[in-house]
Amino acid sequence: MTAPVEIEAITRRFGRVTVLDAVSLELEAGEFAVLLGPSGCGKTTLLNIIGGFLDASAGTVRIGGNDVTQLPAAQRPTTTVFQDYALFPHMTIAQNVAFGLRMRGERRRARLARAAEMLELVGLPGMARRRPHELSGGQRQRVALARALAVRPEVLLLDEPLGALDLKLRRAMQDELKTIQREVGTTFIHVTHDQEEAMAIADRVVLMNAGRIEDQGSPERVYLRPQTAFSAAFMGEINTIPGTAEDGGVATPLGHITVAHHLAVGQKAMLCVRPEHLLRQRPAIGQATVQDGAFFGTHTRVHLSVEGLPDLIAHLPVGAEIKPGDAVPLTPDTDAMFVLPRDPQ
Amino acid sequence: MRTVSALYALALYGFIFLPVVVLVLFSFQDGRFPIPPFKGFSTRWYERVFTDADLVEALVHSLFVACVSSAVACLLGFLAAYGLARARLPGGAAVRGFLMAPLTVSYLIIGLGLLISFNLTGVSRSLWTVGIGHAVINTPLCFAIVFASMGAHQATIERAARDLGAPEWRVLWLVSAPMVMPSILAAFALSVTFSWDEFIIAFLLSRFDVTLPVEIWSLLRSGLNPTTNAVGSVVFLISVALVLVFEIAFAARRAR
Repeated sequence: MTAPVEIEAITRRFGRVTVLDAVSLELEAGEFAVLLGPSGCGKTTLLNIIGGFLDASAGTVRIGGNDVTQLPAAQRPTTTVFQDYALFPHMTIAQNVAFGLRMRGERRRARLARAAEMLELVGLPGMARRRPHELSGGQRQRVALARALAVRPEVLLLDEPLGALDLKLRRAMQDELKTIQREVGTTFIHVTHDQEEAMAIADRVVLMNAGRIEDQGSPERVYLRPQTAFSAAFMGEINTIPGTAEDGGVATPLGHITVAHHLAVGQKAMLCVRPEHLLRQRPAIGQATVQDGAFFGTHTRVHLSVEGLPDLIAHLPVGAEIKPGDAVPLTPDTDAMFVLPRDPQ
Repeated sequence: MRTVSALYALALYGFIFLPVVVLVLFSFQDGRFPIPPFKGFSTRWYERVFTDADLVEALVHSLFVACVSSAVACLLGFLAAYGLARARLPGGAAVRGFLMAPLTVSYLIIGLGLLISFNLTGVSRSLWTVGIGHAVINTPLCFAIVFASMGAHQATIERAARDLGAPEWRVLWLVSAPMVMPSILAAFALSVTFSWDEFIIAFLLSRFDVTLPVEIWSLLRSGLNPTTNAVGSVVFLISVALVLVFEIAFAARRAR
């Protein structure tokens, strides 16, 4: 089952602190949305409000068009995969997965059959009679997923579900989550602070900061064309060159650089370019000196110093012959550059 | 130094266990008085205990009161612990303090208080009033033991149960209680042994049907007699057996 989710002007205050400030968000049915942001940005609070574990100070949550703001968690068409799994330690894996169906009054045989089917879906067939403490962390996480999906929720909430797993397992689980989401078609709302994880799995990244939504859209959009300086920096490393907006480009210490933008002529601007777009065999816009480099496996990361600018970071393909002290022309891919307004400071 | 420590340990254990050893030894006295010298070995005092209908009846009463009052104390203690561990109440710490306070009040005061209350309300004394008295003294204990075992991790697990559609009473019954069952059983075991031994409250609140300690006391009034030693030994044996059974049960749980 699946349903759209509409969040309208949700505010949450803890005492005098406003953790969520009139957040509005609309998710389509069957969407895989990721709430992304630094710790303390309000993403988990928002998830708890959607799940019914926390009351909103103001605002409305609608799931499938129904106002659920006042409903307790037990009566919402949502289920949650918790960060620490929260499996029932005294029950078998099958009893864990079948628990929600038991609460819905399904017969024993029907619910155990469904549990077996769900364990198959998450890749744990034959584990039905084990107990949670006999399973590894990754396996417990799968059981938690099977348990939450067994009741056919309209919306599945995932609270940093991969946070406790090691990197390799995390990548594998990301792919699997995506596959399972496509298979069941349920709306997924996933919370994480890891922007790589967000980009790997999301249909839509919702980037939050200080109780507000900073930016949202497809991973490509948010990474390549971020709407704010915060989202540009949070999604990955970024080089910024200060300047002033001109007709059809930006005036910078390196001269006029032709790039599309929406700023008014004369407005203070910030020309942004990601490290992988800085040295791309395009027309040169200036000269730089290599300071040092570090090998990262997939690329070599170098620091460049440029007259009149803060240091820049560039990613070079592995095998590029480059040494500290070398002079290199700056040849960015101007199509991949973007311009943001600069705070007057 | 080692010899000194060993002697000290010996003296300590002697001090604690010598009375029990003497009690048990003279329960086998082949004579009319449970005092030295030891005249020979006999089990006739045990025969007398188990053929004494009053004593056997008192023993059954004691077991009944211990089990029922402990079950009530565990239930009340668990519910109080759950409420205070999970809900943020105004003055929660004060409520907790009040719940534990009876642990510091002497049994005599509690017994007298209950006796007066029962007289005022016209409740006649019986095994039930003794059970109520024992539930009063054991509930704070059960509360303290169960409360200590309720952690934040279990709160998330209870949240998961609610999230999956469990109403509150099913969360309690299917998730919360099973998760703290080792503590509940430990509390039950302690309560049973306390109730089993308890004299003052049982004495004040019972009337025609009495518990074993009260029956023993009335035996003592008619003078020293190896029968009292024998029945004392039986009480001691049952206490030890209870402790052993619970120890073994817990060891088995831990091993799993």
